[in-house]
Amino acid sequence: MMNGRYGPFGGRYVPETLMNAVLEVEKAYEFYKEDKNFQQELQALYRDYAGRPSLLYYASKMTKDLGGAKIYLKREDLNHTGSHKINNVLGQVLLAKKMGKKRVIAETGAGQHGVAAATAAALMDMECEIFMGEEDTKRQALNVFRMELLGARVHPVTGGTKTLKDAVNETMREWTKRVEDTFYVLGSVMGPHPYPMMVRDFQKIIGKEIKEQLLAKEGRLPDAVIACVGGGSNAMGAFYEFIDDKSVRLIGCEAAGLGVDHPRNAATIANGTVGIFHGMKSLFCQDEYGQIAPVYSISAGLDYPGIGPEHAMLHETKRAEYVPVTDEEAVSAFEYLSKTEGIIPAIESAHAVAHAMKEAKTMTKDQIMVINISGRGDKDVAAIARYRGVEIYE
Amino acid sequence: MREKAFIAFVTGGDPNLDITEQLLYKIEEAGADLIEIGIPFSDPIAEGPVIQEANERALKAGCTTDNLFAMVKRARKTVKVPLVFLTYMNPIYTYGKKRFFEACRDCGIDGIIVPDLPFEEKEEILKECKEFEVALISLIAPTSKERITRIAKEAEGFVYCVSSLGVTGIRSKITTDLKSMVALVKSVSAIPVAVGFGIATPEQAKEVAAVADGAIVGSAIVKIVKEYGAGCIEPVYAYVRKMKQAVKSV
Repeated sequence: MMNGRYGPFGGRYVPETLMNAVLEVEKAYEFYKEDKNFQQELQALYRDYAGRPSLLYYASKMTKDLGGAKIYLKREDLNHTGSHKINNVLGQVLLAKKMGKKRVIAETGAGQHGVAAATAAALMDMECEIFMGEEDTKRQALNVFRMELLGARVHPVTGGTKTLKDAVNETMREWTKRVEDTFYVLGSVMGPHPYPMMVRDFQKIIGKEIKEQLLAKEGRLPDAVIACVGGGSNAMGAFYEFIDDKSVRLIGCEAAGLGVDHPRNAATIANGTVGIFHGMKSLFCQDEYGQIAPVYSISAGLDYPGIGPEHAMLHETKRAEYVPVTDEEAVSAFEYLSKTEGIIPAIESAHAVAHAMKEAKTMTKDQIMVINISGRGDKDVAAIARYRGVEIYE
Repeated sequence: MREKAFIAFVTGGDPNLDITEQLLYKIEEAGADLIEIGIPFSDPIAEGPVIQEANERALKAGCTTDNLFAMVKRARKTVKVPLVFLTYMNPIYTYGKKRFFEACRDCGIDGIIVPDLPFEEKEEILKECKEFEVALISLIAPTSKERITRIAKEAEGFVYCVSSLGVTGIRSKITTDLKSMVALVKSVSAIPVAVGFGIATPEQAKEVAAVADGAIVGSAIVKIVKEYGAGCIEPVYAYVRKMKQAVKSV
C-alpha cells in the first residue's frame, strides 16, 4: 500500500488547511506504531481498562436451533463502554496525548464512538467535543447525556440530513477552525489516510483474538467470519487477520433499511458508485451528479452513505462478500439472539446475526462460523420497542 | 504595477439559474476582474453556514451540473472576464473527469478551484485540466508553512490564499500574517496571489489588497443574494462596485 491507497481507493482528499495536520498524524502514527513503550501502554489499557481479550463464546443453543454450522460469537459487546469502538479510541487518544495535543474532537452516529471517545478523553485528561447529527441526538438522547457525564461537550449538527454524514462534515470543519492543539479522533476505517489504516490497526486485535481463541478451542480456522458494516471498523478489525487465509469467507452485512431496492436504505456496496468524499476515494450512495444521497437505517451506527476504502477494495477483489440486511431482519435477529442466548446485541451487530442465521443453515455441522457482536443492545431497547409498536421512551 | 483585482463568488443556481446569469452580467459591469461560480454540492466541507445554505437552496431549486454548464455557455457570449468554477471532487469525479473538463472548455471556463483536492492528490485531475486548458487553482492556508513554496512553484492561474483558519464566512478581523505568506509565494513565482475567506467590508478588502494582488469575496455576496432573493441583482451590483473601488484605490 502506497500513500494510503487500497487499489484505486483511499487517498487523502482534504482541504489544504488540514494537510499539515493529517501529515503530522501520519508521521506520529508511523513512529509510535513501532514504539515498544506505546504498544505496551496500549496493550495495558486494552487489558486493564477495556477488559480485553473479549470472550469467544460458543453459541450452542443457536447452533442447535439453526441446525447448520457451529456458531461462535466474538463478544465485543463486553468491552468497557459496550462496543468495539473503545479499541480505536484508546489507540487514537493515546497517540494524541503523545503528540502533545490538548483537545480531541469526534463525530458520532448512534453515540457509541462519541461515548468511547469521551471515555478515553476523561481517562487521559483531554478536552473533548463531540459532533452529532441533531436527528441522532434525539434518537439517542441517553448517549448525549452519557457523553456529557464523561465531561464532553456535545454539539448537535443541524446542517444537511442531520445524521452521521453531517456530523463528519462538521467535525472536519471544526478541525480547520482549531487545528494546532486538536486531534480528530475518527470513528471508523474511513476518511483521509492515515485514518483507514490506523483505525484498522487499532481494531485488528478483534480478528487476532478470534484466531487465537478458535485455534485453542477447535484447533482450526473458522469457515466464515461475519460482521456488520457501516463505515466498516468492526468488520475490518474482524477480517484483517484472515485476509491471507483464503479458506475463510469474510462476510460484511450492510444496512438495507426498508429494502435494498427501497429508496430508504444505506447499502453502499449494493447501491453505491465510486466517488471522492470525506477525504477518501471509495463507494458512496449518490446521484448521477455526485450529490451524496440521504441514507436511512434503523441503526444510527450504519446510517452512513459511504464505506471504508479497504472494504471497497476487498469487494472489488472479491476477497470479501457484502450482503444487504433489512431493518425487519435485523430487529428479528435482535429478538432472536436475546431469547436464544440471553445476549442483547446492538442493532448494528444484529444485522450480522440476521445474515448469519440464513448462512448457518446452508453450512454443514463440521463447519465453523464466527459472528462479531460489535456492541451491546441496551441503547437500542427503546427504539426496538417503538418499532414493535410499544410506546416507551428513555 | 497592475491594478488590484476584485474577485466575486456566487453559488450557481442560488436562488435560481436565471438570477445567477443576471448576476454574472452585473458583477462584471460593476468591475469585478474575475468571477468564481460555485457548482452546488450536498456536503461542502470547506464552507461556513452562509454558503452551505446557498448550496442547499440551489440544489432544492433544481440546479444540476448540466444546466449550470448550459447557463455558463450562454452567459459566456457576453461575459468577458475570466470565469472559474469552485466545486468539490465528488461532483467532478462522478460526472466523469474528462467529460467534466471538456464541458468546462466548451462553456468557456478558465479555471477551477477544488477545496478538497490538496497538492498531494492533484494528479487526480491535472491531466484533464491540461488537456482542456482549465487552470487548476492552488490554495494555500495559514497552516501551510513550508508547503507554500512547493505549492506556488507548480501553481497556475493565481494562488488562492486562505486568510484564516476555519471555513468560509464573514469575519470581523483577519489576524494571519498575510504579508509573509504572499512573500513566500513571490519568492518562487510571479503568479498573482488573491486572498479570500472572511472578507466583507471595503476596509478589509483594502487591507488585503495592500499586501496581495487581489481580494476574493464570497459569503458577503451570497448573504445579499439570500436577503434579497430575486431582487438581489442591484444590491449585489452596488456592493461589488463599492468593493472594486476600495481595492482599486490601493
